[in-house]
Amino acid sequence: MKQQVLVLYLSSSSLDDRVVGWSSYDGTGRTNPTTGDSDDPPYETGTDALRDGWRLFQASQLIPPYPGHEYDTSFLKHEFLFEKLE
Amino acid sequence: METTSHPLSSVLMARFAAQGFLRLDSVVPDDLNALAIATMENGVPGVPYGTPLGEAFPEGSFTRRLVDLPPIAGALRGLVGPDPTVDHLAVHVREPNEGSAQPLHGDAIIDTRRDAFDVQLMYYPHEVTAEMGGTLLVPGSHLRLTNESDTGRYQNLRGQVRLTCPAGTVLLLHHGIWHGGRRNDSAHRRYMFKIRFNPTVPQVRLWDTGDLDDPAVVAELSTTFPWYEYATGRLEIYNRIALWRALTGDDTFDIEYWATRVSNRPGRTA
Repeated sequence: MKQQVLVLYLSSSSLDDRVVGWSSYDGTGRTNPTTGDSDDPPYETGTDALRDGWRLFQASQLIPPYPGHEYDTSFLKHEFLFEKLE
Repeated sequence: METTSHPLSSVLMARFAAQGFLRLDSVVPDDLNALAIATMENGVPGVPYGTPLGEAFPEGSFTRRLVDLPPIAGALRGLVGPDPTVDHLAVHVREPNEGSAQPLHGDAIIDTRRDAFDVQLMYYPHEVTAEMGGTLLVPGSHLRLTNESDTGRYQNLRGQVRLTCPAGTVLLLHHGIWHGGRRNDSAHRRYMFKIRFNPTVPQVRLWDTGDLDDPAVVAELSTTFPWYEYATGRLEIYNRIALWRALTGDDTFDIEYWATRVSNRPGRTA
């Protein structure tokens, strides 16, 4: 059994919100995704990925900002990891 | 799109503050591009950290001629002032059909300065086609506090720039911008030459401020990018307000009251 992983970054913590970033890793070896290889996201929303058969296995926690760092920006906050197995 | 003038205007400075880079297409003449490629093939001598720009490169060298080109010199003066030092330089090569891309990263280490910044010049002496895997840039990422390649999990972001450009193009980048060398799927070696500059004076009103009150300044600073999350995108504007206040010395500058509102505590001093 081999795993394909899709990482979607969404506009808010809601799974049906808009995709703003994406990555994929292919355990089957059929494709070789890499940095900067596409300008078009594979799905418009997280739920679109579910409807296409991707299984959600992790979502970002909602963590309050650290005191004194409420205005800092850093990593993308709303990360969702999906898989397909074959 | 050409994004600089010399000297730098407030509108273009605001664009840099918002996007984290400026772009100068075909700013370097063909004869200098040819000299640059020939020099890079043989190796470009390094410069000790902190060398004043005026002493860093010999007369007649491609590096001296490059930084003396009026559009480049004018933009650098607006960004890092009249006498910056050279942090370091590097020749970057992406080999033909190299098979891999760099992870998305910011250079050096996490940099928490909010009222100063370094500038990185990236120079492309030959045409860069899509197949050659030009530099990947993420507009508006420069104020994010991340450390080097910790962003490597991000392969693609909406609104990213996959650079293609004519020969002689130069980018001037805020040190914090997320970027990476894309995979070169062509049969041609790709060169990029980089110089990092450090300011030696406060970066306050170093450009031509005659258009400081142009509404286009606020319009530039209000730019959002397709990869921003809704909520964090508002914080990006807040942080740009802070940067513009530092760059102009104007502690009252604001956009749509974002900074004023959250600092209003009547009668409180601590």
